[in-house]
Amino acid sequence: MKSLSWPYRIREIPLKLELRGITKRFGDLVANDHIDITVEPGEVHALLGENGAGKSTLMNQLYGLLQPDEGQILVNDEPLVFRSPRDAIAAGIGMVHQHFMLVPVFTVAENIALGSEETRGGPLGWLDRRRSRRDVIETSERYGLPVDPDALVEDLPVGAQQRVEIVKALTRDVDLLILDEPTAVLTPQETQELLAVMRSLTAMGKSIVFITHKLKEVKAIADRITVVRRGKIVGTASPDTSEEELAALMVGRAVSLEVSKTPAEPGRSVLKLSGLVVDDDRGVRAVDGVDLEVRAGEVLGIAGVQGNGQTELVEAVMGLRELRAGTVELDNESLATLSTKRILRAGVGYVPEDRSHDGVVKEFSIAENLILDMYDRPPFGNAFKIDLGSVGTNAKERVEQFDIRCMSPDNAVGTLSGGNQQKVVVAREMSRPLRLLIASQPTRGVDVGSIEFIHGRIIHERDQGTAVLVVSSELDEVVGLADRIAVMYRGRVLAIVSPDTPREELGLLMAGITGNAREEETE
Amino acid sequence: MTTEAPAKKEAEKPEEESFLSVFTRNLWSSNTVTVTFLSIVLAFVIGAVLIVVSDSEVLEKFAYFTARPGDALTASWQLISTAYSDLLKGAFGDPEAFSAWFAGTGTWQDAFSPISETLTYAAPLVFTGLSVALAFRGGLFNIGAQGQAVIGCITAGVAGFTFGLPIVLNLVVAIVAGAIGGALWGFIPGILKARTGAHEVITTIMLNYTAALFLSWLVLQKGIQDPERTDAISKAVAESAKLPSFGGVLRVHMGILLAVAVTAGVAWLLNRSSFGFELRAVGANQHAAKTAGISVAKTYALLMAVAGGLAGLGGATQVLGTAYALTPSVAGNIGFDGLLVALLGRNKPWGTLWAALLFGALRAGGNRMQSYSGISLELVTVLQALIVIFIAAPALVKAIFRLRATRLVRPGASLAKG
Amino acid sequence: MSTATVEEIGEVTAPEPFWTRQRRLGVALVLIGVLAAVLFGSLAPSEAARFTLSEDAEGAALSINGQFGAILFGIVTIITGGLLFTSFAKRYQNLLLSLGILTFVLSFLCWQVAGKFLPLVDTTSGTLQLALPLILGALAGVLGERSGVVNVAIEGQFLMGAFAGALVGTMATSVWVGLISAAVGGVIIAAILAVLSIRYLVDQTVVGIVLNLFALGVTGFLYERLMQNDASKYNEPPRLPEWRIPGLADIPVVGTVLFDTNLLVWVALGLVVLIHFGLTRTRWGLRTRAVGEHPTAADTVGIRVRGLRYMNVLLGGVVAGLGGAYFTLVATGSFTKNMTAGAGFIALAALIFGRFTPFGALGAALFFGFAQKLATYLSAVGSPVPSQFLNMLPYIATIIAVAGLVGRVRAPAADGVPYIKS
Repeated sequence: MKSLSWPYRIREIPLKLELRGITKRFGDLVANDHIDITVEPGEVHALLGENGAGKSTLMNQLYGLLQPDEGQILVNDEPLVFRSPRDAIAAGIGMVHQHFMLVPVFTVAENIALGSEETRGGPLGWLDRRRSRRDVIETSERYGLPVDPDALVEDLPVGAQQRVEIVKALTRDVDLLILDEPTAVLTPQETQELLAVMRSLTAMGKSIVFITHKLKEVKAIADRITVVRRGKIVGTASPDTSEEELAALMVGRAVSLEVSKTPAEPGRSVLKLSGLVVDDDRGVRAVDGVDLEVRAGEVLGIAGVQGNGQTELVEAVMGLRELRAGTVELDNESLATLSTKRILRAGVGYVPEDRSHDGVVKEFSIAENLILDMYDRPPFGNAFKIDLGSVGTNAKERVEQFDIRCMSPDNAVGTLSGGNQQKVVVAREMSRPLRLLIASQPTRGVDVGSIEFIHGRIIHERDQGTAVLVVSSELDEVVGLADRIAVMYRGRVLAIVSPDTPREELGLLMAGITGNAREEETE
Repeated sequence: MTTEAPAKKEAEKPEEESFLSVFTRNLWSSNTVTVTFLSIVLAFVIGAVLIVVSDSEVLEKFAYFTARPGDALTASWQLISTAYSDLLKGAFGDPEAFSAWFAGTGTWQDAFSPISETLTYAAPLVFTGLSVALAFRGGLFNIGAQGQAVIGCITAGVAGFTFGLPIVLNLVVAIVAGAIGGALWGFIPGILKARTGAHEVITTIMLNYTAALFLSWLVLQKGIQDPERTDAISKAVAESAKLPSFGGVLRVHMGILLAVAVTAGVAWLLNRSSFGFELRAVGANQHAAKTAGISVAKTYALLMAVAGGLAGLGGATQVLGTAYALTPSVAGNIGFDGLLVALLGRNKPWGTLWAALLFGALRAGGNRMQSYSGISLELVTVLQALIVIFIAAPALVKAIFRLRATRLVRPGASLAKG
Repeated sequence: MSTATVEEIGEVTAPEPFWTRQRRLGVALVLIGVLAAVLFGSLAPSEAARFTLSEDAEGAALSINGQFGAILFGIVTIITGGLLFTSFAKRYQNLLLSLGILTFVLSFLCWQVAGKFLPLVDTTSGTLQLALPLILGALAGVLGERSGVVNVAIEGQFLMGAFAGALVGTMATSVWVGLISAAVGGVIIAAILAVLSIRYLVDQTVVGIVLNLFALGVTGFLYERLMQNDASKYNEPPRLPEWRIPGLADIPVVGTVLFDTNLLVWVALGLVVLIHFGLTRTRWGLRTRAVGEHPTAADTVGIRVRGLRYMNVLLGGVVAGLGGAYFTLVATGSFTKNMTAGAGFIALAALIFGRFTPFGALGAALFFGFAQKLATYLSAVGSPVPSQFLNMLPYIATIIAVAGLVGRVRAPAADGVPYIKS
């Protein structure tokens, strides 16, 4: 198919891609159900859908990482079978994965060369590093994507790593680029830059499949939109379609992004952070002098692009991360020296952001997960033994109360859907008297029905007089839940604003841009 | 009944399958028991091949195999069947010895001595096996059971010939000393893992050899070495510190009863105690455990100390129950065998007990096979290793026997995100 | 938005903690230096310690008063430690560290050799010979682990190699056939390891440990059944000849050690260089490292992760099998039960201590080989230092290394993690 030789190869015919009846099953789960999509040359085709809708599975088949159980992939009307990414690349298809496929300890040039190395021959293939470097620089200049070929990938910020990924795909001379959730880790500003790059690529005749669940970006860049829900295509739309319509298509029914709640009645100050400084795992400063206050009966939302210190902030409060400076006080008592166990016992509920990593033990039963942090406390047990009877009773009650859909409380949590797993965590953390509730990304990877339920429980907790701290990278969620919003950027709280603040302003704050006309704090 | 019920359900399907075919299919596709059984069968088959290929007389008959295949096959069959029947007799009892006992020409002790041998060899393996199994459930691979058992031998042995305490008390003190010695040796990798993240596999391997070298040095030192001997052997433990046994040919001692009791204790610890909950949580998902307020570091350190203590008990049983004195090889291979035992017992306490009994039986039978059929005892090591290899790779066993593969749906398959 | 400003946030760098690796090393060196100068110095008799250049007490020798030497070298150790501590010469950190350890060892030697003699040639060539299987074993480990397969079955590969080399070498009455068979023996164990861990996803450490026992059993069984019955037929392999390269072999000490020796020495040293450049400079090496660090990334650019892992583990089997050949075809000339006696685990220690690199492994193997050689020397001259404690050195050094007390060892990120392609 490809006749011209590296590197100045220009495909005579622009690439047209067609997927016909692609079906993929994992056990009983149908991840993709007869998907038909056509991507015309030079267009940005957005694949819109919720988390878990089957978008990435589809693209992994297109990229040769998975093989479809049924259906065909056609490139320029020729049916092709991709057994490995090598085949896909040869056919002119490249992919930038959501989790970057870069070897952290390699240089940029090594990462880009990997798999299609320039060699000077020999049985083992002596690497031609000079040519690899030159190729990187050339591609990066041609497409206006600055990358340093000699930098170690692990030292680069995410935005730069993403550029490396794009350059890596482009050096393989692809004509169709799949971008899987590329904006998830970017600031609004970086997102704008990426959109500009996408435009210039399509202007050069490349086509782009843009996978996302963010409506605004789709509207801003896509030429055509295909909406996927539960593994099926539920509709196609043009960029003129309104956000509400797109959202309805995506989730299957008209959803209210609003959370119904009464105005807060804030009471005493419960959680008080001052001058908080925390480092991340690599010893780089993540939280750089944060002062915050959460009062009883209010929800304080922390908005911000992921990776701006929110995770470390919460972990520091929970005693999971060392404080470098500053104080954390719960009702005027310092938490700084307490263990996580003591902090939980002091009446703090904690829903961690990464459910399967930190929230549940998948091999444990639902009943066991429901007592994961209270297993050695009456009525469940003591320092020596556990009372299985009361553990079972508790499990039955919680399953009912929190509508956890399961066969039996003795089933392993790993057998539940994401939403139900999250309900287990929520049930565990909200079933005891709390002074403070910290919920990080409380609805990430959760179905719409469960989202509403969890939001309702959080507001219910607030109305009981608990101080609530919600961290979310979904701006809609923060705006919907919070009574006050703190915007974090590079380890600092840039401003605390009201949820009525215009979106554009919040977006700018998240990008680290503060207008000098704004008040530092809005009550 | 349990196998019947689902079978009946299946049989109601329109395909009109016979009860037997459904039953066998369920048996084949059912997992642990079948795989364990088939693994043992496979290991014995390979063992038989080894026996034949290493016998020059039989091999000579294979030289004219095409001419007279009967010769070679008969010779092979005879060789294998005598070897394995000696193995069985040595493990569970010789029918002849029993009939001699009933006829009054033999003693009951002779009839029961194989069982006694089996239990004698099994006793220390129960402890080392539990040590590995418990650590495994907490997410730690305790390859150090060997070293911990060696240290347990040392402390139990030294306590056994040093203190000269009255009866019962002397034994209790020696056993406890063994447990404490092992616990301390286990605590080292535990605390290193907790504090510095040093991988326990590496540290425990290194500590095994350190312990072995220390023992070989120690038995030659004044005050430890038997003053009447020049070779590397220590003084014998006091009579009052020995684990009581029947005496005579029946070497079996109290250690096996202690082993059963400790198995029950470990089962309780694992499933009913708070520490058991903690270690299982840490073993399954240490991040979630940490987030729920369980101290991972503390759990690791404590767990390795407990596991070390169990292995130390194994060492104590060896010294106080069978060896009675320290030599450089007093602990034999009980730590490494314990590893296999734990794997065979699927890291469950009672499973480990059964696995230890099987290994004890193989070892006891192997001794008889060696002296009666002249087949090296090393065959037992091969069998043990093979059994565990097959147990660890059930898919391989199923592939060999063409069992219906139980489809593996892997959760969290890295790329099937959606 | 002309009034908008981008918040200026300077790069925040965490202040470097006072107890850096260098400082801790410095303190450690000062402490052992003091130990050397005071303890060794006071214990050493004030007699000449002779380091002879020949195989025995005769001939030219480097000579120093034992007590003086012990104190002198101890003081040098203290000085290097002090230099490290004060960060005086940051660039020469590793050089200073090596110098410090070297002078400590010299101080120890001055004490032990005072009034006696230590034949340098014998010590050096003995060190190299003892290190030989360790080098090969550690290189086998490098090949597997850099591609993400943990290999704790080096011991088993040694045994199988040693056994196969002896058995087939005897039957074919050819040392070369023996050598090839040894490699095949190593590959057999490697193949089981590879299939079980890559295809059947069994925990790699579990497989490795069980395979060690398997190899111990099989070789022990066949040894007793075959070799013990008829040694001349099965267990008297020809030994690897020693070749002398004229000219080069006449260089003092080094010449005898490196150029009047057996082929395996050159193979081992050659492999160190080959694998080093292979890993860092070739396509195979780049891909191997990628597969060991981030197999999914390698897969997405079309590299066959499992295939590469199979290849590397099997190549490792060849190398470890040759290491096994050392025991029967070089060192002893016959196989005995469990003759490797834990050498495979010292090789594993050398691999880790050498930070998973070929040259690191070489250095660690030589260091461990020296410790072993010294242990035999000391027990021969009736030293009060028990040989068992010197033999513990590799193990304890490795524990210290993995515990990060002296700089943390970092294994490849995907080491031991099976690659599951959904």
